[in-house]
Amino acid sequence: MSANTNTTDDTTPSGLRRLWAQDAVKIAVLLAVIYGAYLGSGLVLGYSVRGQLNSLASLTFYIGVFATLALALNLHWGYTGLFNIGVVGFMAVGIYVMAFVSKPLYGSGGAAQVGGLGLPIPVGILAGMIAAALLGLLVALPALRLRADYLAIVTIAMSEIVRFTFLSSTFQRFQFPYNLAGDTTRVGFGGGSGLILDFPDPLLALIDAAGLSGAYDGLVALVGRIVPNNPDPIVHSLVYGLVLLGVVAGYFWLLKRTGESPFGRVLKAIREDEDVARALGKNTGRFKIISFMLGCALMGLAGILWLMGQGAVTPNFFRPRLTFFVWIALIIGGAGSNTGSVMGGALFAAVLYQGPLYFQNLVTSVFQPGEAPSGFGPAVSPLLSNFDPGPFLLYTLDSIRQLQLVVMGVVLVWLMHNRPEGLLGHRKETAAAIPLVRPRGSAGGGREEGTDPASPSRSDGDEGGDARE
Amino acid sequence: MRVVTPVSESITGSRTDVAETPLRVDGVTKRFGGITAVDGATFAVERGTLTGLIGPNGAGKSTTFNLITGMLAPDAGTVTFDGEDITGLEPYEIADRGLVRTFQVARELGEMTVLENMMLAPKDQRGERLWRSVLPVARGGVREQEAELLERVWEILEFFDIEHLAEEYAGNLSGGQRKLLEMARALLTDPDVLLLDEPFAGVNPTLEARLLDHIHDLRDRGYTFLLVEHDMDLIMNNCRHVIVMHQGRILTEGTPAEVKSNEAVIEAYLGGDV
Repeated sequence: MSANTNTTDDTTPSGLRRLWAQDAVKIAVLLAVIYGAYLGSGLVLGYSVRGQLNSLASLTFYIGVFATLALALNLHWGYTGLFNIGVVGFMAVGIYVMAFVSKPLYGSGGAAQVGGLGLPIPVGILAGMIAAALLGLLVALPALRLRADYLAIVTIAMSEIVRFTFLSSTFQRFQFPYNLAGDTTRVGFGGGSGLILDFPDPLLALIDAAGLSGAYDGLVALVGRIVPNNPDPIVHSLVYGLVLLGVVAGYFWLLKRTGESPFGRVLKAIREDEDVARALGKNTGRFKIISFMLGCALMGLAGILWLMGQGAVTPNFFRPRLTFFVWIALIIGGAGSNTGSVMGGALFAAVLYQGPLYFQNLVTSVFQPGEAPSGFGPAVSPLLSNFDPGPFLLYTLDSIRQLQLVVMGVVLVWLMHNRPEGLLGHRKETAAAIPLVRPRGSAGGGREEGTDPASPSRSDGDEGGDARE
Repeated sequence: MRVVTPVSESITGSRTDVAETPLRVDGVTKRFGGITAVDGATFAVERGTLTGLIGPNGAGKSTTFNLITGMLAPDAGTVTFDGEDITGLEPYEIADRGLVRTFQVARELGEMTVLENMMLAPKDQRGERLWRSVLPVARGGVREQEAELLERVWEILEFFDIEHLAEEYAGNLSGGQRKLLEMARALLTDPDVLLLDEPFAGVNPTLEARLLDHIHDLRDRGYTFLLVEHDMDLIMNNCRHVIVMHQGRILTEGTPAEVKSNEAVIEAYLGGDV
């Protein structure tokens, strides 16, 4: 993250406060608190090491995917004011196209009913992102001319069309040419029974390509000392989680760059009042389309990252509910702020998405309560007849997956009433490539931006960001 | 093919010369349902003048502005700017050619700071290309231009006396301050012709005088202004040429003195059917 590098060693009394003003510090503190809470409660209750590591890995995974999705949606809604409620559609197109391109050819062994084009995984990922962006263009071209709410209707309809397309038996399997000679191979999207993602494990391929397989094996051996029984999957998911956090950092960097620029300024102006931007000579259509396509490509990538390691994908994973999860994450963090998006994604994943499940696992594994009652009646009657809350609590714990949605709803209502602007409050991220403060006189020739005493080290830090990627 | 006219000649040239009348409105008509908001409006604005457009409420002044600047498409008639037909062009294309307007109700970009509002306006910003803003190799050039723009923006802020508000959110500004911001922002686009829709509403008299001075100053440098204003005295004292609209039509035009003594104008303002 670019902000990472510009945390100057502030030794002034206000150093701590200024440190807190750094985006990266806020995010790091929040992550530390989340991980601390997970680890701490597990330790106190005597959760097994394996359970701890597993829950950390899945926590990291969901923080990663929700933060990337919230960041992408923030570009649409927070920056440009484009009301996209079809996030899942772009995710689905991303992973399905990636699978289509990267699955091995049919008949090359394995249980898959259909094959793919057998191209390398990076090509598949790129194709998935491009496909998501092109779908974005297709949706945007007619809808962007209309008012914001029409775009919302078009996007949610599109996401359902995408889901039903992948569900349909027409596209379950078909012949498709896979080389220049025009030979065809059996490909398809698998229909309702899903699509087996039988390409090589992407994480191991990445590690191999980076020449880090030795280090990875060492890590497996190390974890094997703590968790002797089959440490491989644990390490795999932990490392995948770390890679995802790296992707979050990449998104953050890209979108921060995008936002803090004249381009981002026009996006913000479109959000505030598109007529003004047009009256000032900005071709707002171009900006909206680029912003929309970029966000869609990032959503496609997020879909790929979410599912490519899961072994299979089914269309019904991409129900609109998931879109609204991303929206909740964005609203928690504060639309318009990239830092807020990451924090919102992390909080949503930790508290609302994984939290209840973690709590359930923790309680079940630590206290090992008996069977939960089978229905509401048996759960409530002991409570009413002889004030025995046991069955009711068990039933509640058992239905936590369903209650999760209720909790999300309550949180959303509370947020809308009490903090509609989200955690980070106002949309404070300045849309300019340099700090917008009084330029230092006009005498100095004005070329050395950032040396203004009122803006310590901001621009230097940005240079550090330049060098980073 | 471009005819280079010496400055002195273009100032004294004939009225019909394209170089002399950058903006021509010819028979422009706009109907909303059964109401004809603008009915065959025809007029021209001379270069380097401050032209007033007046008329009672509902006369069609703001609609005329919208028709000129592409916010609305006329049902009939043409708008010519610098010799080119700009009827039906997109607002951004018209603004890009140097014909820029302000809004009657100031349209500040509320959740952007005053500086962000101002920095938005200049044309041809390198960083408006996404790749230039993102790619490390090109970002330096963007930042360089941003620094230059910031200096220019700051000068204009100082001129309009709102530099103390630079980091304030535009939504927190008072009505008059928003008007100033809007005019300052429009000036930053380097327009040839500025259409100002009631720019002085809510601006205090001292500042109004200052702004007028500045407008005259800019006019002397070749800028052209078309001004919608309710304050008759202001128009009469500052404009050499005044266009009067009434019920969608151009009632009359001429010098302030001519307009003032025109029976039809008096009737329109005082209500003809009384």
